[in-house]
Amino acid sequence: MSNAVPVQLSAKDFKSDQEVRWCPGCGDYAILAAMQTFLPELGIPRERTVFVSGIGCSSRFPYYLNTYGMHSIHGRAPAIATGLSVSRPDLTVWVVTGDGDALSIGGNHLIHALRRNVNIKILLFNNKIYGLTKGQYSPTSEIGKVTKSTPTGSSDAPFNPISLALGAEASFVARTIDSDRKHLQSVLRQAAEHQGSAFVEIYQNCNIFNDGAFEVLKDPETRDAYLIRLEHGQPITFGKDDSHVVTHPAGSFGLAVGEAGKVDASEVLTHDAHAEDPAYAFALSRLAGPDLRHTPVGVFRSVRRPSYDELVRNQLDAAKAKAGEPEADLAALLNSGDTWTIL
Amino acid sequence: MAEHREGAGQAGQLSEHGHPAKEIHQLDRVVIRFAGDSGDGMQLTGDRFTSETAQLGNDISTLPNFPAEIRAPAGTLPGVSSFQVAFADYDILTPGDAPNVLVAMNPAALKANIADLPKGGTIIVNTDEFTKRNLVKVGYDANPLEDDSLAGWDVHKVGLTSMTVGALAEHPVSKKDAERAKNMFALGLLSWLYSRPHESTMKFLEKKFAARPELVAANKAAFNAGWNFGETTEGFAVRYEVPPAKMAPGNYRNITGNTALALGLVAAGVKAQLPVLLGAYPITPASDILHELSKHKKLGVTTVQAEDEIAAIGVALGAAYGGALAITTTSGPGVALKGETISLAVALELPLVIVDVQRAGPSTGLPTKTEQADLNMALFGRHGEAPVAVVAAQSPVDCFHAAIEACRIALKYRTPVILLSDGYVANGSEPWLLPEISELPDLRVEYATGPNGDDGKFYPYLRDPETMARPWAVPGTPGLEHRIGGLEKADKTGDISYDPANHDFMVRTRAARIEAIDVPDIAVEDPSGEAKVLVLGWGSTYGPIGAASRALRQRGVNVAQAHLRHLSPLPKNLGEVLAAYDKVVIPEMNLGQLAHVIRARYLIDVVGYNQVRGLPFTSTQLETMLEEVIKNV
Repeated sequence: MSNAVPVQLSAKDFKSDQEVRWCPGCGDYAILAAMQTFLPELGIPRERTVFVSGIGCSSRFPYYLNTYGMHSIHGRAPAIATGLSVSRPDLTVWVVTGDGDALSIGGNHLIHALRRNVNIKILLFNNKIYGLTKGQYSPTSEIGKVTKSTPTGSSDAPFNPISLALGAEASFVARTIDSDRKHLQSVLRQAAEHQGSAFVEIYQNCNIFNDGAFEVLKDPETRDAYLIRLEHGQPITFGKDDSHVVTHPAGSFGLAVGEAGKVDASEVLTHDAHAEDPAYAFALSRLAGPDLRHTPVGVFRSVRRPSYDELVRNQLDAAKAKAGEPEADLAALLNSGDTWTIL
Repeated sequence: MAEHREGAGQAGQLSEHGHPAKEIHQLDRVVIRFAGDSGDGMQLTGDRFTSETAQLGNDISTLPNFPAEIRAPAGTLPGVSSFQVAFADYDILTPGDAPNVLVAMNPAALKANIADLPKGGTIIVNTDEFTKRNLVKVGYDANPLEDDSLAGWDVHKVGLTSMTVGALAEHPVSKKDAERAKNMFALGLLSWLYSRPHESTMKFLEKKFAARPELVAANKAAFNAGWNFGETTEGFAVRYEVPPAKMAPGNYRNITGNTALALGLVAAGVKAQLPVLLGAYPITPASDILHELSKHKKLGVTTVQAEDEIAAIGVALGAAYGGALAITTTSGPGVALKGETISLAVALELPLVIVDVQRAGPSTGLPTKTEQADLNMALFGRHGEAPVAVVAAQSPVDCFHAAIEACRIALKYRTPVILLSDGYVANGSEPWLLPEISELPDLRVEYATGPNGDDGKFYPYLRDPETMARPWAVPGTPGLEHRIGGLEKADKTGDISYDPANHDFMVRTRAARIEAIDVPDIAVEDPSGEAKVLVLGWGSTYGPIGAASRALRQRGVNVAQAHLRHLSPLPKNLGEVLAAYDKVVIPEMNLGQLAHVIRARYLIDVVGYNQVRGLPFTSTQLETMLEEVIKNV
């Protein structure tokens, strides 16, 4: 990028003049505030930042940021962002989406953006419910969920968004929580620095239709026993005074949780976000049960592989190196093949 | 029609091979149909013959016709693939209603095509394939080559396969490869029969088989064997010449509609000085446009093969937002899927070209066959009031100019434009007088660079008073940060607005700005000035309608012809033009979609003439129909 000197901006610079219209108490407010205070850190001018969203409560996000933004149609934001990113490598492109937008109607675009490793940052606000359509179950709602469209309980098995992203070859996969600004911003920072697709699942509370869905991860009484904070290069421990650890039992594909005192220190797993084999991150993503006990947050996986944008750009640049004056090249193109002249 | 205007031959001379040179008859127009199994290489054979013919300076028009299956079971009727080429010493508009010559590589090809060959026509048939098994496969009880069922035709029985294999006996190629070269034998024979130059085919073979020199030699040898067979056999007493047509001076190449369309998009990018981005998902019969555009990175073209049709247009729309000349190419099923995104582009007021190479529907329909039944979808197929501009291409070469026109409208008026082509013009080909780049329209437009309001602020939906287009403020422009989206926008500011009066105003404004697009008046061809009947067409019916109108006039029957390039908005003078005639006839390859629009808009009781057979109209059927209408006026 050409601008050598980072721009000095403040959170105020990123607030748009639009009135924020989420329900009072919505977790989206916290995420928006975290984003507005985080963006100045990047030193990227406002005009070079673009937020693209789909449809849903979370997708109103771009309206509230004083950058470029597009509130598009349901599920299609990753496709639109792909076109923008691949044609404009000078821009930083964020996608804001929800569990319905990204995993239901837009599932195909999400997995293909991740597999291509398009240089976009995808923030999936997961509240496990359809909010904007007033309370139907979503593809992350648990089986048995009673909603307006499932009065006797849902029969749909949910997606695990982290597992899905890893299965789609994502090069950066993380999870964070709306109410923990420090953690949220730390994950956003790492996502922003990643070259290629970054997928961030943000647990977000819908206080109207699915209030308290992640309460066990927030409540000081329970969170220590439920939440596992991943730090690259650090042993994976959790609980009050690191009472518990994560291990990889011999002969098992998956990971396990044990009491710190009963496990030899050498068996405690050290988190490696850069592990080439995604099986490790996948095993981490399966640690949590349906009751959210043992939910890891932080960066599951962050590996470097060429982005789609780079690969496309390299081919374009190689071709353009041979280009002459465009109209002359066009004339040569039209006159190529079997031609003949009539005098 | 005078197809066989035979001239004096030059008998008695010796050919280069030392045989007495055969008599040469001159013809003004010939239509040949190459037909065989899908695996027989008939498309390639037809293509080569066309290229040789174009080099000779004849006017040409081609019609490939192939099944949707890549390889239907060998030797069956569904597996028959054909390529028809018409060439003449005058300006022709269609690939011909019926062939004069049928090359049938197997019994299935004979059976599937014989009904189209008028009695007296020539059949060149590959006898080697007329085995009992192959005959039974297509329902022949007896071998038609051995009874008198082909008595009315001039049948040449040639062992194309066995003679090819024989000719290649000394070549180091497998029997299978030798057999596969039989299409080159047939091409050599036909090239001899119609006195075609063979240099371009030799060059083509060298390039095609560059990695396998033994195949270059074998295919060349097969071609020469076919040529020499014609020269020596007593089966062909005469050979023919079709002299060059009187065509405008200049450089020419033969071009299919899909290639011309792709080159038109490349040219539009150059003339707009914008990068071109294509988002596409493969679909018959549009994929060749993706293939062609993917070759032109040097000219600033990026192609993204997306995961589906919806993503393809999404990618294009994202690039349009970023300031590219954005295109998506597809066929009818794809347009159906793209509808919601087209609607978004209508709301966002961004330039976007959607190419629909129409094929026969509904659903998967006849994917390799032509139809014009997507007009309603192009005009009306979206939710809400979502008007777009619609442009149609009328011939293979015209696809180039129609593409440039679609881009011009999209860029200047910041709107989605649907460009309608169809399988007939997409796969058909004709000679193209190559344009001078300097004569192509200048498509440059300006991005917004600063505030546009009197108060020094930026208003994303403040319109240009002339074009009614909003500013194209691309991300990266300092000071113009703004948000757009599918929610209704307030006039000028573009802020979300649920105000009833504003919505009413914006809906009417979006309709008005499409109606206000500057499109040229429609021209009428009415040489006598006394015609009472006007035949109005759009898209690929131009060829057969034009040929029928010419034929009628040659017989002293007056008819006026007009053809629509712009379907939305319609030309401003159209109502006046229609009102000047007693009857308006509209032939369409659908059940009357344009007729419906014309009736509704101009309250004129047009006569529809409709056919949906997956094939273009023949000029003869239109000539007969028009004469009937004219008689009864």
